[in-house]
Amino acid sequence: MAQWIVFGVGTALALIGALGVVLVRNPVHAALLLVQTLFGVAILFVNQGAHFLAVVQVIVYAGAVVVLFLFVIMLLGVDRNEDVMDEPLRGQRPLALLVGGLGIVELVALFVLRSDSFQTGQPGTPGTDSNVKELSKAVFTRYLYPFEITSVLLVIAVVGAVLLARRPKGLLTTGERPEVGAVDGGQ
Amino acid sequence: MTGFVLAAAPGPGVKAYLVVGALMFSIGAVGLLTRRNPIIMFMCVELMLNSVNLTFVSFARELNDINGQAIVFFTLVVAAAEVVVGLGIIVSIFRRRPGATADSASLLKG
Repeated sequence: MAQWIVFGVGTALALIGALGVVLVRNPVHAALLLVQTLFGVAILFVNQGAHFLAVVQVIVYAGAVVVLFLFVIMLLGVDRNEDVMDEPLRGQRPLALLVGGLGIVELVALFVLRSDSFQTGQPGTPGTDSNVKELSKAVFTRYLYPFEITSVLLVIAVVGAVLLARRPKGLLTTGERPEVGAVDGGQ
Repeated sequence: MTGFVLAAAPGPGVKAYLVVGALMFSIGAVGLLTRRNPIIMFMCVELMLNSVNLTFVSFARELNDINGQAIVFFTLVVAAAEVVVGLGIIVSIFRRRPGATADSASLLKG
């Protein structure tokens, strides 16, 4: 019963946050609702015994990634409201909803109808035991080379981001451009 | 004592978590297809990644296999790298044209 309650809370947080990210107009609010979704998913992780991943989820996603999002939003001054109802491509919105609805129906039907084809072994006892030790054993033995390669990947990403975001010579930053203020004033 | 009570009551099965993952993935996909602000589109990609992580963890518990959780660990690392590079690209797009939407980056349009 307690697990159902935790599941309900985590699911409500995650799904309401996800809907909010899609529906709100202000990007800053969307980023904060993304934090709510990530916390909900972390709760669901804890409920399934993935304690380490829940902690990493909170630290990496809610602590670093969303801060990066907010930083970019503030840096670029794009926190203007977007008109959600404005539709530049005709029929884009109904088609997108159709695709999303089809995705939901297909995935749920697959999970519910074909669940006998999951090779159900002995289900772990969720929420009660922590498997941090097993996870670390897997990461540092079987997945040792992928683990080292991800560190290289992170270094490459950092160097690439610095190179991409470096200000080219002779180009003013967006904050110094006069037309940015004009665009902001026009909204 | 509480642990015994928790173990005695059956919690939500794998199907419940998979349905949550499917809903989150579809919401993220619809957002990616409808929104035009590049940063919001990027957040929707993060939503989809998270729903897949949730699915991995659910199967890891259902099949009693730690490899699913190891994959989620690597997905988190790759997602962090992807956010760093993607936001760098978005910064450089916005630097050239302030107030751009995803539709205005159409240099390759035929």
